[in-house]
Amino acid sequence: MASAPRVSGGASLAGRRWRPPPLIKRRWLRWTLGLGVALYLAAAFGTIEVNWSRVYDGLPRGQAFLAAFFPPDFTSRWEEILEGINESLWMTVASTVVGIAISVPVGLGAARNIAPAPVYYFCRSIIAVSRSFQEVLLAIFFVKLFGFGPFAGFVTLSFATIGFFAKLLAEDIEDMDPTQAEAVRATGAGWFQWLNYAVQPQVLPRFIGLSLYRFDINFRESAVVGIVGGGGIGATLNTAFERYEFDSAAAILLVIIAIVMAIEYLSGYVRKWVQ
Amino acid sequence: MLRLESLTKRYPTGDLALKGVDLEMPKGQVLALIGPSGAGKSTLVRCINRLVEPSSGKVSLDGVEVTSLGGRALRRMRRQMGMIFQEYALVERLTVMENVLSGRLGYVGFWRSYFRRFPQSDIDEAFRLLARVGLEHMVDKRADELSGGQRQRVGIARALIQDPRLLLVDEPTASLDPKTSRQIMRLICELCGERDLPAIINIHDVLLAKMFAQRIVGLQLGEIVYDGSPQGLTDEVLTQIYGEEDWSATVGKGGEEGEAEESAEHHDLPEPDRDRLAGMT
Amino acid sequence: MPVREEAGLKVWQRRERGRQLAIWAGWLIGVTIFLYCFQLISDKTIWFFVLDAGTQAGDLGSRMFPPQWSYVDQLWVPLWDTLNIATIGTAIAIVIAVPVAFLAARNTTPSVLFLRPIALFIIVASRSINSLIWALLLVAIVGPGEFAGIIAIGFRSIGFVAKLLYEAIEEIDPAQVEAVTATGAAKPQVLAYGIFPQIAPAFAGISVFRWDINIRESTILGLVGAGGIGIQLNASVMELAWSKVSVILIAILLTVVVSEWVSARIRHAII
Repeated sequence: MASAPRVSGGASLAGRRWRPPPLIKRRWLRWTLGLGVALYLAAAFGTIEVNWSRVYDGLPRGQAFLAAFFPPDFTSRWEEILEGINESLWMTVASTVVGIAISVPVGLGAARNIAPAPVYYFCRSIIAVSRSFQEVLLAIFFVKLFGFGPFAGFVTLSFATIGFFAKLLAEDIEDMDPTQAEAVRATGAGWFQWLNYAVQPQVLPRFIGLSLYRFDINFRESAVVGIVGGGGIGATLNTAFERYEFDSAAAILLVIIAIVMAIEYLSGYVRKWVQ
Repeated sequence: MLRLESLTKRYPTGDLALKGVDLEMPKGQVLALIGPSGAGKSTLVRCINRLVEPSSGKVSLDGVEVTSLGGRALRRMRRQMGMIFQEYALVERLTVMENVLSGRLGYVGFWRSYFRRFPQSDIDEAFRLLARVGLEHMVDKRADELSGGQRQRVGIARALIQDPRLLLVDEPTASLDPKTSRQIMRLICELCGERDLPAIINIHDVLLAKMFAQRIVGLQLGEIVYDGSPQGLTDEVLTQIYGEEDWSATVGKGGEEGEAEESAEHHDLPEPDRDRLAGMT
Repeated sequence: MPVREEAGLKVWQRRERGRQLAIWAGWLIGVTIFLYCFQLISDKTIWFFVLDAGTQAGDLGSRMFPPQWSYVDQLWVPLWDTLNIATIGTAIAIVIAVPVAFLAARNTTPSVLFLRPIALFIIVASRSINSLIWALLLVAIVGPGEFAGIIAIGFRSIGFVAKLLYEAIEEIDPAQVEAVTATGAAKPQVLAYGIFPQIAPAFAGISVFRWDINIRESTILGLVGAGGIGIQLNASVMELAWSKVSVILIAILLTVVVSEWVSARIRHAII
């Protein structure tokens, strides 16, 4: 690269080194973090007990195991699969509706910009408890309380929906445009009128998007709450595993994947239609 | 020397953006390409370095036919054509220095560029260019921290560090205020003069074009309707390019005292850009 | 315009009549579906047990309190394992998800007809199957223990990370990519200079977010023998040692709250 005439006055700059600025400016913090990560990884890998011989032994077994999945057998347990899927879908619909219905007041209460402090902390703690426990863990308890079957699954999913939905709704309300809210308040509107005219229009599109997304999640989770007795396709799947009917299990998994894809496609369609 | 021969571009949507454009450009010439939105200015500039693939016709630079190149040879050709963009098109999350050095990507290998180990000669040149465009104190600032004029200066440095034989400039002043627009245009033209570098500047601001370019080409609906000196831009010519309007303020002036007429010139609101619309559908 | 004439006066309505009717019909159908679903669930429910839930809960509560605090000493190792399962599982998922995301994004995939559908299928399959089911499969193949848990978390997270990442890739500013291409950069250089800087914040945010979710997920993998604190939980539930269960639940709650805080801090620092 020598053809073009060089700009004059640059001689003093020649030879000046350049390195890209580091991601973390403070040197001690950079080193501490790096060292911390390295130590953690060393400790983590040091304490994981991987029984490689068991893994190695398992590979041919795994192969046989996977082979048992093929070809998927849709026919011999079709009745039960159908029933399980139906149950899952009922649970999904009912729990999404109930969960969202409860989430709305909780979400309003958990938005810092519209709720008074005691309400805020109360609603936030409901959200924290609901979010901290995985659906399956909740299901164990609800099965204990309500007995086996889809009702326990329904309560589990509704409760889990609250944590997810109320949190995102609250964040959305906190992010809304305050000038619009102020303008409506300036008209002398009452609190509910204010919600209806200032808050609702701003959060509605995302609200619908989140509802569809949660519907999708609830369906997928309904496949596992059954493993601990919460009804639905999970129960069918668990039975198939217990009976070593892996070809039926494969069929169930494929049906789940197909339905999730269908829901995803539909929700994309609905979202486009809403906006 | 750059030569375009019956260059044609038809977008998949059926829009004919360029209708057989012929153009020849000697070394060291600064050419301004004017015309209404959707006339095909952007498409023309992008067909030269084949960011947009021309449908037919030929582009050749110094006797090498650009339109027949592929893969590596095309990349070699691209690195000899510096490009300056509307809205700057800097990589916003990289620093000023990284953005300037990205102009050398065509010259260094992948791993070297990945670990930011550019040759010292490139780094020297980057410092020199940054000093030339007045940004030597901004080296490690991130591009999204800069003002519009500063960003465009980085864009200019990025194009020049390629050591180009041709400069393609796409609406360099579209998002700048009048004063900064003039400074940027002056800088580009000075640098072209220093390096005897030919440049095609696609610009919608007729006053700026008249102030800085040696030659003006008017494009309308994908065809060249005017090719001549800035002085030749009369009422009739402008009407032919842009359509009926009171052009007296634009024609009468020229040169640096045109500032006062800025507002009159900005009355022609741009129509929706057809090229962009074509890309969106 | 939703304005209708009535006795010579203009009456403003929010929506036109047909649209309003359609919305009411939509609500009616929605409510009917919900009631129908609830009816079906109710048919399958033994209401005696449900009505009895209050006393059951009271009974369970009295057994859970006071928690047997001394049990905490036996929980440090399982908690550490849980953390490791989540962290290493997430790391594995990220390594696999990045190429999958680039194959799935419309603007970076090398082949729309062949590779993109494959990548999308990987994403859907990974997302549809819960980590507990993955764990169930993997425990049968590689045997019980954290290893199965790590792989299960990894498999489940690939789809999540890849999906969010490819959506981020599809939303990048094409002008910046064009500018880097115009310098004569090769494909990998365009990727490193034009695309990666643009998605880096999204990438980091998604990874940390998934890590946070994985902490939660890995608390239950022990139910099927895939390591972590779930093993202790399962054992305590089996032996009806409810005062131990409450300690475990509190431990999980604290771990999750802390991890959520860490993840929120990191995401704030990045943006």
